[in-house]
Amino acid sequence: MAATTQKQNPDAAVRSDVVVGHPKRPFKRYFRETGWRHLIGIVMSIFAAFPLLYVFSASLNPGGTLVTANSLFSNFSFESYVDLFNRPQQPYAAWFGNTLLIGGISSLGTVFLGALAAYAFSRMRFIGRRVGLLTLLLVQMFPQLLAVVAIFLLLSGISEIFPAIGLNSQIGLIMVYLGGALGVNTYLMYGFFNTVPSSIDEAAKIDGAGHARIFFTIILRLVAPILAVVGLLSFVGTTSEFVIASIVLIDPDKQTLAVGLYQFVSQEFSRNWSIFAAGAVLAAIPVMTLFLFLQKYIVGGLTAGSVK
Amino acid sequence: MTTTPETDPGPIRQSARAKRATRIADAAAGGWKIVAVKILGLGVVDAIAIYALFVLVRSESWLVAGLVVAVTLLVNWIYFSRGKLPAKYLAPGLIFLAIFQIFVLLYSGYIAFTNYGTGHNSTKADAVNSLLLSSQNRVADSPNYRLTVLEQLGEISFLVTEPDGSVSIGGNERPLKEVQNAQLEGGVAVGLDGYTSLGFQDILGKQTEIAAISVPLTDDPNDGMLRTPDGSSAFLYTSSLDYDEAAGTMRDKNSGITYSDIGTGAFTSDAGQELLPGWKIEVGLDNFVRAFSEDSIRGPLISVTVWTFAFAFLSVFTTFALGLFLAIVFNDKRMKSRKYYRIIMILPYAFPGFLSALVWAGMMNQEFGFINVVLLGGAEVPWLTNEWLAKGSILFVNLWLGFPYMFLVTTGALQAIPEELTEAATVDGAKPWAIFRFVKLPLLLVSVAPLLISSFAFNFNNFNLIYMLTNGGPRDVSAGVNVGATDILISMVYKVAFVGANRDYGLASAFAIIIFILVAGIAIISFRRTKSLEELN
Repeated sequence: MAATTQKQNPDAAVRSDVVVGHPKRPFKRYFRETGWRHLIGIVMSIFAAFPLLYVFSASLNPGGTLVTANSLFSNFSFESYVDLFNRPQQPYAAWFGNTLLIGGISSLGTVFLGALAAYAFSRMRFIGRRVGLLTLLLVQMFPQLLAVVAIFLLLSGISEIFPAIGLNSQIGLIMVYLGGALGVNTYLMYGFFNTVPSSIDEAAKIDGAGHARIFFTIILRLVAPILAVVGLLSFVGTTSEFVIASIVLIDPDKQTLAVGLYQFVSQEFSRNWSIFAAGAVLAAIPVMTLFLFLQKYIVGGLTAGSVK
Repeated sequence: MTTTPETDPGPIRQSARAKRATRIADAAAGGWKIVAVKILGLGVVDAIAIYALFVLVRSESWLVAGLVVAVTLLVNWIYFSRGKLPAKYLAPGLIFLAIFQIFVLLYSGYIAFTNYGTGHNSTKADAVNSLLLSSQNRVADSPNYRLTVLEQLGEISFLVTEPDGSVSIGGNERPLKEVQNAQLEGGVAVGLDGYTSLGFQDILGKQTEIAAISVPLTDDPNDGMLRTPDGSSAFLYTSSLDYDEAAGTMRDKNSGITYSDIGTGAFTSDAGQELLPGWKIEVGLDNFVRAFSEDSIRGPLISVTVWTFAFAFLSVFTTFALGLFLAIVFNDKRMKSRKYYRIIMILPYAFPGFLSALVWAGMMNQEFGFINVVLLGGAEVPWLTNEWLAKGSILFVNLWLGFPYMFLVTTGALQAIPEELTEAATVDGAKPWAIFRFVKLPLLLVSVAPLLISSFAFNFNNFNLIYMLTNGGPRDVSAGVNVGATDILISMVYKVAFVGANRDYGLASAFAIIIFILVAGIAIISFRRTKSLEELN
């Protein structure tokens, strides 16, 4: 015991040292305290950022193949980005628009359906509430893509009667995504709704507000952070969803970026690497910007369900 | 707990008076805007339902029509009756959930018991029709039927003037029917009221569509079909197959072989030869029996299952270990510019996952990839094409994709552990490692365990990474199904069902049901584990 307390003492001295602020530490001591951390930081930053730099450099090398992409930043031209939009076989602009449209509508729908359900579970007491919550927890464990064959056959059955919402229709795909809305996010929202004190509802009720007004004008505003998180997560999720999108959307004009770019790469893997890279960079920009701006909320939202 | 009924706030046990008061208050407070939105929304739903009903009744899908009626009535009842608040808020989500998550899971269960797939995707009547159609040959001495192509509402019909001068109309699967009021021109019918006659240009534009049409001469398909090579004259085609409806057998007129329905979903000759397409039948447990007894399927199924678990577990373990390590390294207030490292390290998480896998697939390419050509100076290491290297590469790329998330989560959890605990342990004489091992780690695990479990569940079905990086390959040539060394269960389902010429929906669904059972097992175990972990707190 005595030995350990003695050992701890110098450490405590170091800490008070730093708080006071002595800029000149001997290098050895500096390295032992924080320097090695920077070393790990630099190594990890290279590991994390290198593939992104690589793809960015490949996109600036027009006409480049997989081989020429290896000489990083040897060229600096945005020609591939222009080429990307002039390929009738691979309608990149349409893919981009479809992805934003499908992702946007399904994430809005997901947020709305989830918020309605979370409000009911959080504020109302009814028969089957506990069972309902438990069922939602269970349903979360079974992702829709397990039933991909049945989804395909269901949609092809629908398209015999209503071609507009069956196979090869974006409305059909959005409906499938909305089917997963409750399963994935309601529980997360439910937890957040519970943190809003119900005395606020009661005060509004006494002031004469109906349940719909309380929900739309009061509660939805108070839970806005979780709505943003769920909306963003579901947007990111749908934009990179491949399995269901690849079997539902058949015409190139209707496909999303995930399906289109995958086929682009598998058709001409190494030949048009530069154009693929340009497409990848453009596709990543909206998602990455959203992510970096909303970083704090996302991490908070991800852990909200579990870290109490 | 001595609450009297008067003060109990639970709405369920409200008195009748209180209920009425709430209702009146609600009605008074709703405002006309909300009512208007409600009526508009229901109007749209009802209009769509009525349209759907028309179409369904026309195509005689009575069961679906009945369901549409039931659901529409239910929705109207929920929203027009008073009260039923929970139902009002839950109904929209539940309807979608019921159709596209719960129904489809049950439906996969049904498909697993059928032989649905390439060559078996329709009813027996359809199979007979397409067999007769596909084996058609032109009758050598067929008379020349003069023909005008008509169109009505996008549907193409043939107006046929038979050699004896009588005029009839027919179309795909609509046998010829005699008509009286056709417009004649030189003994040939050229038009009919209510139809548009197609000119030469129109016929050219729809050439392939018209060439594919065959009009049955009579109700009996064995009498032959009319087809047209040019859009102006038609000839009689008969099938080389002869369908005997009473006996349910197909006879090949040329070879004389009889194919009969022996209950396997296809016409089969005595020698065991099948005529395809066949039709869909229920095969009972056949698909499961095949999955577990045929060596060429059982072997891959077992190795894929083992790899799925190994992949999911190792992915969680490696990403968590690296994330935790980094969280500890950067969780030191003395260190400067931590913010910048954090932003750079979060980048892989923000980059869309499917793109990362494609980019890494390029970098790991054996001949041209950056890793082999630049980093290893021209070595041709088969990163993605050797069985074990491919597995390693997948884990490595998933580490790149997943460590930022674990880093963020564990940083949050570490910072949430109160400083006092560390101080108390220090005062008690614990060394830093002991503090970490016996104080921080258990607390950390309690808070991140649910996230680790959901990460495991995510990786268990991490289709995008596997499919985009290695495509499941290298392919296992000895396997009876399209499967490779790095395939996980979900990518195997996808490949069996949708990749290649031979699609087997029945077997794929049987695999999906097996995954379902495995996941259910994990779910039960994980719920128990999290409960026991919470009790630790």
